[in-house]
Amino acid sequence: MNFAFSEEQEELRRSVRRFLEDKSPSAEVRRLMETTDGYDPKVWAQMANELGLQSLHIPEEYGGQGFSFVELVVVLEEMGRALLTAPYFSSVCLAANAILNAGTDEQKSALLPGIASGETIATLAFTEPSGKWDANGITMEASSSGSGAYTLSGTKMFVLDGHTANLIVVAARAAGSGGTEGISFFTVDGDAAGLTRTALPTMDQTRKQAKLEFSNVPAQLLGSEGDGWAALSKTLDQAAVCLAAEQVGGAQKCLDMSVDYAKVRIQFGRPIGSFQAIKHKCADMLLEVESSKSAAYYAGWAAAEDNDELPVVASLAKSYCSEAYFHAAAENIQIHGGIGFTWEHDAHLYFKRAKSSEILFGDPTYHRELLAQRIGI
Amino acid sequence: MDFRDTPEEAAFRDEVRTWLAENLVGEFAAIGGGRGTADEEHWDLRMEWERKLGDAGWIGLSWPKEYGGRGATFSQQAIFNEEYVKANAPGRITFFGEGLLGPTLVAMGTEAQKQRFLPPILKATELWCQGYSEPDAGSDLANVKTRAVLDGDEWVITGQKVWTTFAHHADWCFVITRTDFDAPAHQGISYILVPMDQPGVTYRPLRQMTGAGEFNEVFFDEARTPADMVVGEVNGGWKTAMTTLGFERGTAFMAMQLAFEREWRNIADIARKNGAAEDPNIRDRLARAYTGVRVMAYNGMRMQTALAKTGSVGPEASIGKLYWSNWHRNLGELAMDILGPAGQIVPKAGDGEYVLDDVQRSYMFARSETIYAGSSEIQRNIIGERVLGLPREPR
Repeated sequence: MNFAFSEEQEELRRSVRRFLEDKSPSAEVRRLMETTDGYDPKVWAQMANELGLQSLHIPEEYGGQGFSFVELVVVLEEMGRALLTAPYFSSVCLAANAILNAGTDEQKSALLPGIASGETIATLAFTEPSGKWDANGITMEASSSGSGAYTLSGTKMFVLDGHTANLIVVAARAAGSGGTEGISFFTVDGDAAGLTRTALPTMDQTRKQAKLEFSNVPAQLLGSEGDGWAALSKTLDQAAVCLAAEQVGGAQKCLDMSVDYAKVRIQFGRPIGSFQAIKHKCADMLLEVESSKSAAYYAGWAAAEDNDELPVVASLAKSYCSEAYFHAAAENIQIHGGIGFTWEHDAHLYFKRAKSSEILFGDPTYHRELLAQRIGI
Repeated sequence: MDFRDTPEEAAFRDEVRTWLAENLVGEFAAIGGGRGTADEEHWDLRMEWERKLGDAGWIGLSWPKEYGGRGATFSQQAIFNEEYVKANAPGRITFFGEGLLGPTLVAMGTEAQKQRFLPPILKATELWCQGYSEPDAGSDLANVKTRAVLDGDEWVITGQKVWTTFAHHADWCFVITRTDFDAPAHQGISYILVPMDQPGVTYRPLRQMTGAGEFNEVFFDEARTPADMVVGEVNGGWKTAMTTLGFERGTAFMAMQLAFEREWRNIADIARKNGAAEDPNIRDRLARAYTGVRVMAYNGMRMQTALAKTGSVGPEASIGKLYWSNWHRNLGELAMDILGPAGQIVPKAGDGEYVLDDVQRSYMFARSETIYAGSSEIQRNIIGERVLGLPREPR
């Protein structure tokens, strides 16, 4: 048994960390989070051209590098650590996976190279104003206008980078269908006629969201009609694994900040880290951070293998890592005392990302119920 | 990243599985499954099983071949432990000798001590108990006061030990004594091997809240042992004691996790059968407990990989005991909530008798798991200081 990253994977991690320390320091995160678009096109291009990040796990025949979810997990952890403000999660972890899971070979060849090169910013639109993360949350109906043409009407909410995406993968259902039946994927151009995109002001400014209102928007069917739930479910499981990896990176950073502060902050004549209350908080954080790593890394492997365990491990990792990140981010503020509450200190940036990530794609309670069903309780 | 056995590992696993399938039969198979570190049920039969294991060379797997072991790798040790639990083999009782004193002698004992004590451990013909804690020396182990004084060619030992598992079965005890009352606490300690069967050694069981009395108080009243029974230096016993404690059960971790996962399944079954599994709160807690025991496995596998590759472990290992003891405590509480009022009725209570069933005993024994072998508070101090580098408190 070998539950460790290879030397090449560790080298990838080091390269990405160096790149992000240079291109996504705190000052840049703060600058970009104030913008509507929420990313730097120059850095986005460098991510693609210098490090091939957008193409990492896309198969070679579609313009990618043909690596796996294991490499993706490594990269996402570093992005979470740096709070990278860019449409990477939406383009790579959502849209690209949806296309890989649902699309025909021809469609993959047409759509994936643009994502791989960084030219196409893409996203997945499936949640609606109800905020539900399951099949029942999809009420948008696709209308067939004959000869393979479709139009979409309705509203999609909380769409990551929905306002900047060039390509939008949409989950909608056939009229009259319910539950997991009748669901299909469609692709829509970002500037399609009838599509109104509104950027939403978010509590976590490092992750941009949009409301998308469709009024008879022309759409292309992605894959086959009416049986898209399996592909969507898998895409959501893969998204959960990807998010778990980001959460691990953020949680470790919060632990690092807390420990560094506890060593230098002197009160009552000694570093506050010498008091057991603070020391024990840090120890508990370490337990959760190391455990969340184990969970996310194993989930990355299960996703790479695309094995039977993936659904269970995805929900398990998402729920565990969400709670670990939020606890770490919250305790990080607590350990810093008053200064942890300021805008100027970075603690709040991680705290806000931790909460938005906790909720995205289903909160821990949602995933534990999903897990309970998946393991037959 | 790969979770499959190498061909060598698969061959070894097969060897273990085959031996267990052929030998874990009849009466031995009937007493399978562990019930906690200090469970004493079916003692004689379990000792017979230990001797069977010893004769087949399964005791002291990790010991060097020159001392009668098999020089097994970390991976092989882990495989043996896992297959042992999977086969539902009887709970082990020679742990103190095989897992603690034996490796300590291998690391620090004299040749004479190795020749004298290692073979009987390997054959399970001699049992050990651990004389560490005292009424005034629990977490603060260096505060031991049991006195050892050299009288000619013998040590004379007087004092009291507490929480001594299996004292009433043991042939020998490895005892932490104070041999210098003027030196600073850590520097006046000697680690001495003492035979239990003598007038100067008496014991009485400590009744614990589970009703059972596996732990004992042991009284040394001018007990005697030869002068060459010191392991390590005289007054240098703290190092020996820490060496013993350092033989953490890294390779038994996965086996323990398997047993825990089995417990989880049992509790989930109970919940399904009695309808508790329809309650959303119970479902959530069951899923959380499942998450916890799977993450425990993932942590163990990461640690095992690090051990096998480098011989040492990273931060993921230091959290081991804190993690599993908390998890098991929570599982016990969940189990009792699932059982509801029926779980409050025990097999026997009254007339001095107090017997719990397996689930009840596991729940209650878990209250000691966050305390023994380094309490959770001590674990957090260790993690904070040794792993995270936070400063110690002034004393």
